[in-house]
Amino acid sequence: MIKTIWPYTKGYRFKSILAALTIIGEVLVEVSIPYMMADIVNIGIENKDTAFIIQRGIMMILMAIASLSLGALSARFASVSSAGFAKNLRGGLFERVQSFSFANVDHFSTASLITRLTTDVNTIQNTYMMAVRTFIRAPFMLIAATVMAVRISPELAVVFLFALPILAIIIGILMSKTFPRFKAMLAKFDAMNASVQENLTAIRVVKAFVRGDYEDERFTFSANEVKDYQVKAEKLLVVAMPMAQYMVYICMIAVCYLGGVQIVEGRLQSGDLISFISYIGQVLSAVMMVAMMMVMLVMSRASMARITEVLAERPSINDDDAKDIAVTDGSIEFDDVSFSYNGNPDNPNLEHIKLKIASGETIGIIGGTGSAKSTLVQLIPRLYDVTSGAVRVAGHNVKEYKIQTLRHSVSMVLQKNVLFSGTIKENLKWGNADATDAEIEEACRAAAADGFIKNFPDGYDTELGQGGVNVSGGQKQRLCIARALISKPKIIILDDSTSAVDTATDAAIRKALNEELSGTTTIIIAQRIASVMDADRIVIMNEGKIDDVGTHAELMQRSEIYREVYYSQQKGVEE
Amino acid sequence: MPGPRKQSFAKPKNAKGTFRRILKYFKPYRGQLVLVLIGLLASVAANIAGTYMLRPIINEYIIPWIGNENPDFTGLIGQLAVMAAVYTIGILGTFMYNRLMINVSTGTLLKLRLEMFTKMQTLPISYFDGRTHGEIMSTYTNDTDVMREMISQGLPSFISSAVRIVGVFTMMIVLNPILTGIAILMLVIMMLITKTIAGRSGRFFKARQDSVGKVNGYIEEMIEGQKVVKVFCHEQAVNSRFDELNETLRRNTAAASTLASIMGPIMNNLSHVTYAIIAASGGLLGVAGIIDIGTLGAFLQYTRSFSMPVAEISQQANNVLSALAGAERIFALLDEKAEEDEGDIVMVNARVNEKGELEECSERTEIWAWKKPTGELIRVRGDVRFEGVTFSYDGKVDVLKNVSLYAKPGQKIAFVGSTGAGKTTITNLINRFYDIQSGRITYDGIPIRQIKKASLRGSLGMVLQDTHLFTGTVRENIRYGRLDATDEEIVSAAKLANAHYFISHLPEGYDTVLTADGANLSQGQRQLIAIARAAVADPPVLILDEATSSIDTRTESLIEKGMDSLMKDRTVFVIAHRLSTVRNSDAIMVLEHGEIIERGNHDELIKQQGKYYQLYMGMFELS
Repeated sequence: MIKTIWPYTKGYRFKSILAALTIIGEVLVEVSIPYMMADIVNIGIENKDTAFIIQRGIMMILMAIASLSLGALSARFASVSSAGFAKNLRGGLFERVQSFSFANVDHFSTASLITRLTTDVNTIQNTYMMAVRTFIRAPFMLIAATVMAVRISPELAVVFLFALPILAIIIGILMSKTFPRFKAMLAKFDAMNASVQENLTAIRVVKAFVRGDYEDERFTFSANEVKDYQVKAEKLLVVAMPMAQYMVYICMIAVCYLGGVQIVEGRLQSGDLISFISYIGQVLSAVMMVAMMMVMLVMSRASMARITEVLAERPSINDDDAKDIAVTDGSIEFDDVSFSYNGNPDNPNLEHIKLKIASGETIGIIGGTGSAKSTLVQLIPRLYDVTSGAVRVAGHNVKEYKIQTLRHSVSMVLQKNVLFSGTIKENLKWGNADATDAEIEEACRAAAADGFIKNFPDGYDTELGQGGVNVSGGQKQRLCIARALISKPKIIILDDSTSAVDTATDAAIRKALNEELSGTTTIIIAQRIASVMDADRIVIMNEGKIDDVGTHAELMQRSEIYREVYYSQQKGVEE
Repeated sequence: MPGPRKQSFAKPKNAKGTFRRILKYFKPYRGQLVLVLIGLLASVAANIAGTYMLRPIINEYIIPWIGNENPDFTGLIGQLAVMAAVYTIGILGTFMYNRLMINVSTGTLLKLRLEMFTKMQTLPISYFDGRTHGEIMSTYTNDTDVMREMISQGLPSFISSAVRIVGVFTMMIVLNPILTGIAILMLVIMMLITKTIAGRSGRFFKARQDSVGKVNGYIEEMIEGQKVVKVFCHEQAVNSRFDELNETLRRNTAAASTLASIMGPIMNNLSHVTYAIIAASGGLLGVAGIIDIGTLGAFLQYTRSFSMPVAEISQQANNVLSALAGAERIFALLDEKAEEDEGDIVMVNARVNEKGELEECSERTEIWAWKKPTGELIRVRGDVRFEGVTFSYDGKVDVLKNVSLYAKPGQKIAFVGSTGAGKTTITNLINRFYDIQSGRITYDGIPIRQIKKASLRGSLGMVLQDTHLFTGTVRENIRYGRLDATDEEIVSAAKLANAHYFISHLPEGYDTVLTADGANLSQGQRQLIAIARAAVADPPVLILDEATSSIDTRTESLIEKGMDSLMKDRTVFVIAHRLSTVRNSDAIMVLEHGEIIERGNHDELIKQQGKYYQLYMGMFELS
């Protein structure tokens, strides 16, 4: 996991090291302060040397100020480097997601990707911040304070020899038992939140079916589970704290006795005893700090795992086999293509598709829910890669084109389409960033969008809300078609893109496409027979296979499915 | 705890009242809280006393024996034994109060969560309309989380710090008033510095919060539109825009987090400065013979334990304030006005006895009756009438204007019209998701306000446009319609909806677990399951709101038979975009701007050559 994440510290490694160094500096200065204090008692008071006391006092203050500056610097370095690391990580994740193919995106759900980029990155950032500060601080504090204690009295320091391992064992045992319990609790917690979220999204269903009590019961169960697991986990944790504190007290008592004996025997001075007691506190609090860090680390491990999962995901579609060739015409060939979303050839979504489409041809595709119409056309711009067989555009396997080249020539209007926040013009320019106003208007005319756009007070500069909320469904679809047309593609694919458009406009769009894009291969997936009736050929898809291909007249004659659909839609009109 | 805490800046509006209300939740734990307080006091007292004992140990049991050939350590051992006993009591106190606080905090939070959820189930739909899911979720996650922290850590440490300050302060005065004066002076300086920094941080935190919002918003929009980005090869443009936002966030985060993390070292090292000053002045006093070494040792220990609780309190004060602000949001949810349900007529199963009279029974008979509080039974027939209904969501714009219509028992009524014409609103009024402002809606002659909401909605089966399925198996999702449905009933409902075929082809059949967003099913398949869910509920009246919009016409014609038998003998309200779906309705209402502009059956409306005719002929766009 660390190995995957390490490269993202780039640019901030030096600052991270500085953060660590300054904190080590702070620790070193900090631990010498009680040592100086011992001198005040031992030498200053003993010899009644006022000048010495003042001199040492000022030194101590200066040291404290030095330690303060180092600490503040370290806080600054740690903040800058952790914020930078988070930026790199977030950017890296975002870029990785951008490189994902459709198959990759399907693999993660949208919501989980968003959580990974927001909440999880945040958690890692906090952990990183702690790692460069507390994680360095605690062990150094431990070592430095131990060294100082040994310097004061090696005999007294023997107490540590007993106390530290015992404390380490106690904490080790408790933590190893606590981790799994915390993990279990967090899982329950996630489940509980998920159920609230679900209840919120489906609140109308819950109310319509009067299932409030039932939902309440389910929630009570999961909330109770969270409580039980929380008690279980925290129960152990609260043992750790007092235990460690008790160890400190025991050490203090032992040191008081041993130190007392040594003072009486003249081997130790009373000032040393006082400063030694200070070190005990520092050593043992450092141990506690390490233990607490471990808990935090475990908690962030889940986030780390979720992030590395995204980073480790290889984009399944890439330019590896691409050559620098252009798409010369709009011909398409499906050569014995089989495809399965989960890559399992035994469970194919498309089976042995053989189909040749000539450049400039208009093809209609119809078929039932789940008959794999969209799946078929998504193979053309390589939104997915075939499982077996080959898809060729202009005589070349689609894998031979650079993805950018291919997709620029094959424009697709998705069934689930999205507009982005920004003006209409900005959205349209997605198709071609260099499009002139004249070109934009031309595309909009072909998509029958020009009229309503011009009716908006701001025309092409009308701001669209996120997801294009302020235009109607039919208008949105027409904007999406226009956006696809702007790149002047060789092939245009409309995947059920006019379902919310009335039949008259639908016909007008088809007519415009026919006239203005006569050389462009057009593929139209539709539910309405009327939308595909005039196509050069119509493909009927049924359960992942091509059932029949032909003109409207041919299919009316020989295809039962076609007739069924036709009559189900025509019923009433001809009465 | 899960997830990073959001920095909360909202100050509580009524801190006192909110705090009092939180205290009410502690009532069941009164006994335990008394023990917590005792444990807490024991813990603090032991700590203070233990440190104080350093003085006599050094002064009386160690120093007098210096240089003595035969020192007597029994006094020292005795004194240390007392110290050990004191500390043991303190530790037991610490453990006890921490352990008990777990009960208090988890129990209180459980109670709050349950109250919130139960309350949420009673809130009217309008409550959910006005808030994003994120807003409500954050009450469950962030707000309860800061409250948990406040209860389990904040309050105890607040109290123990306060007690400790008072205790240590007293001891310090007892030990040496002069040094105590110096310590207090330093304390004031520390507090001033804290205040200055805290005062400045607000601006930076706000800036960071703004960039977090922008970055998260952008991530959301782009990931949701990911496939479109891919189709247009727009990755680079999206990346570079993201880089800009990301960089701003980095800068603001670095600034805000510097301020937040700089406090620790400052407070810590200022306490070192205090320590140094006290050590030096103590040394001078020692030279002057005003203070002895044992006292100085104890005083220095106190100096350390004095600044800690001060820092702790200033830190906890912020936490407590933000927890109170969170608690206010929680209480606001709890105080939200529940859906009004003044109805007292309920729906019961009924049968016709030998005398031909209706009588109530417990088993399902496919006959239902409205039962008045008087015991009078009226058969449920599905006669729904609107009389001059006017409705507005916001009290300003009327969405429905003086709408009158009736559905006779067993009739199929269709609503046609563009988005915003008021189709869905009509169905939302029948089941009382919203209440009308004027006019009257009756159900079998009873004004629907007199019917208990649970009964009213139980009598209406709904298939909504946005099919929400729940995490769980397909079987559980269908059973949601009627919890006591048998497996056979579920399968036959699925068959009715033509869903059986694809369900049996799922990897685990009816036991396939659907994920939260139902990503493993197509929209059309989800609608079929929703139809099966309504079918298993078997209600007297059905409302189908764009129930088949994602199902292709061929599949729709396949399920037509099933739908026909589902609709048989029931009053059905249909909203459909596709006119082929509504063609065979008994009456079609064409809505425009909240008014019914045409009504009649298909043939009549076609003959009229009005709006419906135009729609049907594809001259208008429905959107």
